[in-house]
Amino acid sequence: MGLRDRITEAARLRAWEGEIGVSFRYTAGAAGERFFQTLRAKGTFAVTRCPECGSTYLPPRLYCPKDFQDLEGHWDEVAPRGEIHTFTLLHADLDGRPLSRPRLIGFVQIEGTEGGLLAPLAGEPAKVRIGQRVSAVLRPKRQRRGVIEDILHFR
Amino acid sequence: MARRRRPADAAPPEATQTTRTIPGVSHPLRGTPLREADLTRGAVSLERWEPALSYRWDSGVAIGRFLEGLREGKILGVHCRRCARTVTPPRAFCEICFVPMDEWVELADTGTVNTFSICFITWDMRPLRVPQVPAVIEIDGTSPRVGFLHTLGGLRGRTVERIRREVRLGLPVRAVWKPAGQRTGAITDILHFAPLGRRR
Amino acid sequence: MLPKGPRPRRRVAVVGAGLSLFARRALETGKELSYYAASAALESAGLRRRDVQAVVMASAPDAFDGVHMKGEYLSDGAGGWRKPYLRAYVGGGSGVFSIISGWTLVASGLFDVVLVVAEEKMSPTQPHPQAAFISIFDHTIERPLGPNLLWIFSLEQSRYMHTYGIANEDIARVSVKNKHNALGHPAAQLGAELTVEEVLASEVVAWPVHRLMVSPISDGAAAIVLAAEEVATRISDRPVWVEGIGWALDTSYWGNRDLAYPRYVEDAARMAYAMAGITEPRKEIHVVEPYDPFAYKELHHLEGLLLADRGKAPEDLANGRFDRDGPLPSCPSGGLMGVGNPIAAAGLMKLCELYWQLRGEAGARQVPNSPRRGLAQAWGDLMQIGTVAILGVR
Repeated sequence: MGLRDRITEAARLRAWEGEIGVSFRYTAGAAGERFFQTLRAKGTFAVTRCPECGSTYLPPRLYCPKDFQDLEGHWDEVAPRGEIHTFTLLHADLDGRPLSRPRLIGFVQIEGTEGGLLAPLAGEPAKVRIGQRVSAVLRPKRQRRGVIEDILHFR
Repeated sequence: MARRRRPADAAPPEATQTTRTIPGVSHPLRGTPLREADLTRGAVSLERWEPALSYRWDSGVAIGRFLEGLREGKILGVHCRRCARTVTPPRAFCEICFVPMDEWVELADTGTVNTFSICFITWDMRPLRVPQVPAVIEIDGTSPRVGFLHTLGGLRGRTVERIRREVRLGLPVRAVWKPAGQRTGAITDILHFAPLGRRR
Repeated sequence: MLPKGPRPRRRVAVVGAGLSLFARRALETGKELSYYAASAALESAGLRRRDVQAVVMASAPDAFDGVHMKGEYLSDGAGGWRKPYLRAYVGGGSGVFSIISGWTLVASGLFDVVLVVAEEKMSPTQPHPQAAFISIFDHTIERPLGPNLLWIFSLEQSRYMHTYGIANEDIARVSVKNKHNALGHPAAQLGAELTVEEVLASEVVAWPVHRLMVSPISDGAAAIVLAAEEVATRISDRPVWVEGIGWALDTSYWGNRDLAYPRYVEDAARMAYAMAGITEPRKEIHVVEPYDPFAYKELHHLEGLLLADRGKAPEDLANGRFDRDGPLPSCPSGGLMGVGNPIAAAGLMKLCELYWQLRGEAGARQVPNSPRRGLAQAWGDLMQIGTVAILGVR
């Protein structure tokens, strides 16, 4: 049987099913670790700032990607607030199944930085606007674990 | 079963290490080694992801027919008209001559052991009490050095010493098949290969 | 005597080298590890990121880090922000394929300065990084047998030993040599003083492979800077020239190969020797860094590199030929066995080692008699890929 033949009998179609059973455990990195510990302990956003170009990075970077400066000694903190840069309303989950309730998520540009965070947004979908000023609502300090989910949403 | 403490888990030999510098670089080499305990006791921020990686792979034209053959209790191969190789498991084209390989042959279910190993660890590094014995089997009637992966079974021994007395490179073996009613068209329709002369 | 080959007209040199620490699990992300190595390489070359015109990143499967398109993810840590960027990926061969890729970018005349970075972060994979290798086996006719990565190595080692009558003591000697050599390496994860008996007393993971014959899982990064001749002679006090490169791929039907001999390494080596004008490798190569993910592989590869007769590398090792102060020092760095095996970074670590050895800067690891030519080799995927690079000083 050659390469160009078509198989028309369903019984001759064959597929093999299998799984690849790995999972992952990610550390936050040297810079990320400090970001999360600061978020947990103080409820603020730790950032790094490049002494050469002045860029302020959130999430904080260990190095400036533009100048390749080491930012280890150049930390600062900003308040966890900013403005909505873009948003969307999700109606389906990762597997394409309909959500019981639509979810608002957005990219929030954080004030005083060049960056921002992808995060859930609270509020009525019809009232959300690009440019809207929002603040992070964090879990109570005792419940924070030093992970991104310590931020409940922006409001 | 408790895992024995391995040298890799022991404290790094700091005392014997040279200074961690390289030529032309002002600071020592950088990196923050963590211990497993740092992660399990929550000393650092961790995020987990458990993807559901499941697949349904099309077997392909050649392997599809090979699997049908296995279900029927046969080992099929293909022959290249140009270089005259006979190979199994079969492939739709000869990768050397780059022409279709469409002369199918039924092969014996006997062969020889090209190489074998005795493995005491699973794919995710857990210990096995009864080892697996993987091997590369060269089926009788195929061209020289055409082997494929399977396992050996029907062995009496369970230790390296005992198994090495029963298995050697070049050992003649025969496929041990699942009963016809249990075969589904899978490589595991052959349970394993056993030394010739053994029933199991 | 090997035939000579075509000599490209534009010469390329290594002008800087850097590493991160190698560790079983590092706090740092892959980007940060890349930054450590890349910034160190730039500093050693006396260059800034703005001087770099293109970046090559070598990193083996995304499956380890659990990130998508790992090459692109790592790019800003490798100095690649808004620069032409290329990911080199040939499994374990990547670390040496990285300099091959970088070389082509400079030798072609496209760029004068290229930063080459290799990174691996294996620790995120659970339950064990080895599990990520399961997909190396054919999904239909191999994976249902319940294989693991060790099988590939143990089956190959078994065939190699049988074919030439090699004893496991001969193989264990590689672990002893390399872990000893690694005691002098600044990035090393597993330098140690071991005996052959201790290696053979370690548990059998997959006979004939013992645990102390297996290189460790690692996180780490390495980097070098390549420059075209006009630039290299201006900025470097002693450029290390890329004299030959070679690479070759064999069939993925691994049971169809002669497991006792890595012919794809020979194919790659011949290409590199031809380009370098080397006709008698055993005389003209003064120091060698063959790929040693398992102890027996160093011997297997030395034979494939035509630096030892088939089946005779173990005997040469026992006679001291490959010791650091022997006639052909092999893995003076300590290799993957001793320094660590962050897959792609390990191969480039070997090139960093040659760079320092040829410049007389290897410190405690320095091989005597001012070596002038070195060869690094890596190997990857389903035992198919050979990658070779030859460096030399005038």
